[in-house]
Amino acid sequence: MNLTTFDTASSSVSRMEAIISRCNAVEPKIGAFLARDEKDALSQAKASDERRAAGRALGPLDGVILGVKDVIAVKGQRLSCASKILENYVSPYDAHVVEKLKAAGAILWGRLNMDEFAMGSSCENSAFQKTHNPWALDRIPGGSSGGSAAAVASGECDAALGSDTGGSIRQPAACCGIVGLKPTYGLVSRYGLAAFASSLDQIGPMGRSVADCAAILQTIAGHDERDSTSLKVDVPDYMAALAEPEKPVTIGLPKEYFGEGIDPEIRAKVEAAAKFYEGRGCKLKEVSLPHSSCAIPVYYIIAPAEASSNLARYDGVRYTRRSAAATNTDEVFSLSRGEGFGAEVKRRILLGSYALSSGYYDAYYVRAQKVRSLIRSDFMKAFEEVDVLLTPTTPQPPFRFGEKTDDPLAMYLEDIFTISVNLAGLPGMSLPCGFTAAGLPVGMQLIGKPLGEAQMLQTAQVFEKAHEYASMRPAL
Amino acid sequence: MQRIIMPYEVIIGLEVHVQLKTKAKAFCPAPYVYGEEPNTLCDPVVLALPGTLPVINKKAIDLMIKMGLMFGCDIAAECKWDRKNYWYPDSPKNYQISQYDQPLCKGGAVEIELPGASRSVMGEHKKMELTRIHLEEDPAKLNHNGNFSYIDDNRTGASLAEIVTEPVFRSGDEAAAFLNALRMALSQQGISDCDMEKGQMRCDANVSVRKLGETTLNTRTESKNLNSASAVKACIEWESKRQIALYEAGRGAEIVQETRRWDAEQGYGYTMRSKEDSQDYRYFPDPDLMPVRVDQAWKDEIRATIGELPFDRQRRYMEALGLPYTAASALIGDPELCAYFEQAARLCGKPQEVANYVVNDLLRELAAAGEEGQGPLPLAQCRLTPTRLAQLVKLTAEGVITKQVAHEVFVESFKTGGDPLAIVDQKGLRAQNDTGELEKLARAALAADPAAVAKVKGGNDKAINALKGPIMKATRGKADPKAIDELLRRLIAEI
Repeated sequence: MNLTTFDTASSSVSRMEAIISRCNAVEPKIGAFLARDEKDALSQAKASDERRAAGRALGPLDGVILGVKDVIAVKGQRLSCASKILENYVSPYDAHVVEKLKAAGAILWGRLNMDEFAMGSSCENSAFQKTHNPWALDRIPGGSSGGSAAAVASGECDAALGSDTGGSIRQPAACCGIVGLKPTYGLVSRYGLAAFASSLDQIGPMGRSVADCAAILQTIAGHDERDSTSLKVDVPDYMAALAEPEKPVTIGLPKEYFGEGIDPEIRAKVEAAAKFYEGRGCKLKEVSLPHSSCAIPVYYIIAPAEASSNLARYDGVRYTRRSAAATNTDEVFSLSRGEGFGAEVKRRILLGSYALSSGYYDAYYVRAQKVRSLIRSDFMKAFEEVDVLLTPTTPQPPFRFGEKTDDPLAMYLEDIFTISVNLAGLPGMSLPCGFTAAGLPVGMQLIGKPLGEAQMLQTAQVFEKAHEYASMRPAL
Repeated sequence: MQRIIMPYEVIIGLEVHVQLKTKAKAFCPAPYVYGEEPNTLCDPVVLALPGTLPVINKKAIDLMIKMGLMFGCDIAAECKWDRKNYWYPDSPKNYQISQYDQPLCKGGAVEIELPGASRSVMGEHKKMELTRIHLEEDPAKLNHNGNFSYIDDNRTGASLAEIVTEPVFRSGDEAAAFLNALRMALSQQGISDCDMEKGQMRCDANVSVRKLGETTLNTRTESKNLNSASAVKACIEWESKRQIALYEAGRGAEIVQETRRWDAEQGYGYTMRSKEDSQDYRYFPDPDLMPVRVDQAWKDEIRATIGELPFDRQRRYMEALGLPYTAASALIGDPELCAYFEQAARLCGKPQEVANYVVNDLLRELAAAGEEGQGPLPLAQCRLTPTRLAQLVKLTAEGVITKQVAHEVFVESFKTGGDPLAIVDQKGLRAQNDTGELEKLARAALAADPAAVAKVKGGNDKAINALKGPIMKATRGKADPKAIDELLRRLIAEI
C-alpha cells in the first residue's frame, strides 16, 4: 500500500521531464532553486527506470524527485549555503543523508535557496535571490529552508530536504502550506550538513504529506559513525506506524504558546485543530512550559556562539573565496569574510564571539546552557502527562518582503514557537491546518517525545486524512 | 672583583608536545606519517570542508591513558573536548580541538637522571612533577617563503599530547634530562617515537629567575619550539643569564611576559610577540563531540600493556642483578637489547658476564655488521641467539675455554650462528689444562729470558708479563692466564 503521494508507477524520466518543464514555467515567479542540473537529473531518472525495468527497484523512494537545500553536500554539486563566500565551492563528497537517498534510488534535484548559512526566517538573507511564497508571491516563503518549502508547494519537486536549527524546516513549511519535520536531535546524521549551530542542527524532510515525510525520514534516519552526536538507536518502521489503526492520544496544549503576540486567525485554526482531535477521542490537557520566555534569549546565545566558531573555517585561505584586495594574512581573513558574509551572518558571528569572550563566557554561554536544560526539563515534565504537544508553528502568517528586514528582533520572534524544540532536542513537525481569510497558509506544530516520531506522525496523519489541505495547490 | 657565587636561581616550567603514535589522526581516519609529499594526507575532515565532523580516534585516548598511568597521573573519569578558537592559517577550522579545563591526565611525575661526575658514575635521580597532560590536534606546517606562506596539511589534525610540568626545574641540565627521560619512556612504550628532528617532540620553556631565598615568582618568558635537548639547555642558560643581567643592571622592568624564539645556530633568543596582544581563545565545549567515559576496566586493560619503565629497569639491573651503572645504562635505552640480555642471563645465571658481552662485543659486532649507511644490524637479524650467548658464557665459567678464546668463539658464532661448543671442538680451542705440557713451555720461557727472570726476582713484578707472552702464543690463548701466572711464580721461586 502506497501511503505517500509519490507516483512510483509512471516512468521516472517522464516525471523528471514534467518537473523540469514545471520548473521552467514557475521558477521565474518562485525563485526556489539556486542551481538545477537537468542533464544529471535525467540521467538519474533513466537509471531509476532501468532498475525498475530489470525488477531491481530500490524501494519506495526509487525515482522520487527530491530537492536539496543548499546547505547539504552532494558530491560534484555546488554547496554555497546561499553565501558569496562559498559561491564557487563544489562538494567533493556526499552527506550521509545523500548517500542514503542515492542508495534508495531517489533523484536528487537541484540546490534550493535558503537564508545564508541557514540564518533567517524569510530567505531574504540569501546572498543570491529572493524566493517567493507560492501562495502569495509578494510574501516570504519562510526560512531558512524557504527554497525547499516553496519548491515543494509549487510542484517543482516531489519533496525536499531542509535543515532546522530553530525552526528552519517547520516555519517555512507553515508559510508554504506543506508538511515539514525536524527529527529528534541525533536521529539523522549531520555529516555533510554545513554546520550553523552543531548542538541544534538537524536535517529533515519537507513534503506534501505526512507519509511523504515519513518515507524520507525512514531512509535518512539511523546511526552514522562519522557524526559523534548521532544516536545509536534502531529506527522504527514509520510507514508501518502510519498504517496502524487510529489510536486516541493525550494532547498537551502549552498555555505559553497561546498567549499574546499570536495572530487571532492562527490561534483560531490551531484551537479548531485541538477541538478536532477531541472529537476523535483524544484527551486535551493544558500544560505549562514555564521557561518558554527564555527560549529566544537562550537560543541567541548558544546558536551564535557555536556559529561564530563553526563559520570560522570560511576564511579565504583554503577553499573559500579570497578577497582580491588582501595583501597579507590578516587581510585574507578580514577582507574575505567582510566581503563574503552578509549582514545577518556577521551580526550572529559578532554576537557569538562576544558571548564566548573571556569575562563574559560564564555570564552568557554557561548560563544559557543551564537555562537550556531547564527548558528541556519543562518538556520532559509535560510529557509525563501527555503524548504530544500541539502549538501554532508561527505567531504570524507569512509577511511581505522587507517588512522585518530592519528589525532583527521582530524577525527572531518568528521562531518563538519552534526554537524551544531545538533547544530540548525533541522531534517537531508542522502541518497545514487551514488558511487565513487572505488565503495565507497556516501551520500547526506537533511536538513529540524524544524519538517519538512515530507517534507524532500518526497524530499528524489523523488530522491530515480528515482535511483536504494536503491536496491543495497554489494557483501559479 | 669577579662574583663567585651567583645569588640567583632559575625557575623553569616546560610544555612538551608529543605526537602520539596513532595510525590515523586524532579526529578523523586520514593517516599521518612523517615525510610524505605535502598535502597528500588530507581528507574532507582534515581540510574542514563544509559539513565535516570530528570523531575521536580511540587509539589516541588509549595512548593518553597509558602515558598518564605510566607517570602516575590521575585519569579523569570523563574525557571532554573544547574548542580553542584563534585566527591562523595553520588550522583549517580556525579552531583547535583541545582540552581546556578538564585534561585527561592530572598530576603525576617523570623520573629523570642528571649527568654524573663522570660517564661511569650515576648522577642524581629526581621526580619532576607534572601539572597535566591533555590531547589536542596538531596544526598544519607553514613554510614561509618571502611574501608567501605555503601550507602543508599533512600534519594537520595529527594526535598530539601536551605535557605541562610544574615550575620545578632549576637548570638547563634538568630540563634536558627531562626530555631525554620522556623520550626514552614514551618511545619504549610505543606512545610516541619522540624524534625531535621530525617534530614528533617539541618543547617550550617558561623561564624566570629570582634571588636565592625569595619565594615569589618573577615575570617569566616563554621560549617556543626548542627542537633538541641541547637547544633546551642552551636556551634556558642563555635566557636566565639575560634576565639576571637585566635585574643586576636595575632594568628588571624590561623583563616582560612574552613569547620568544631561540636561534639554535647562532645561540641567542629574541622576542616573537609580547603577551600584551595575547589572544582570547574563546574556549567552549565542542558541540560536535561527546565526552568519552573512562572507566576502571578501560584503565585496567591499558595498565596491563605498560612495560617496565627505564629507570625501574636500571634499578633492578643494578640492585638485583649486580650490573655496573655503565652496563645497566647502556642497556636500558633499548628494550629489545634488554630482552636479549635478560633471556641469555636467565639461561646461564651469569647476568654480569652476559651484560659485559652484550654492551661490548654484541653492540660492536652489530655495528660492524650493519650495512653501509643503514646503522647497526637490527638485533632481530642477529644470528647469535641469547641461547648461544648463554652457552658461551657457561663454557667460560666452567673452564672449558678461556676468556681470550671465548671472544674468538663469540665472533665466530655471531657470524655463523653456530653452537659455541661445536666451534670450540672444531677449532680445537678447549682450554689447555695439561699441566705437564704447560710446565714444559714455562721452563722453556724461563730459560729463554733469564734477564726477565732476574728482574722479577729483583722485585719488578711486571716483568713477569714478558715471560707469559711466549706461553700464550704457544697455546694460542687456550691456557688459563691465571694458571700460567701461578706456574711461572712457582718456578721462579724455585730458581
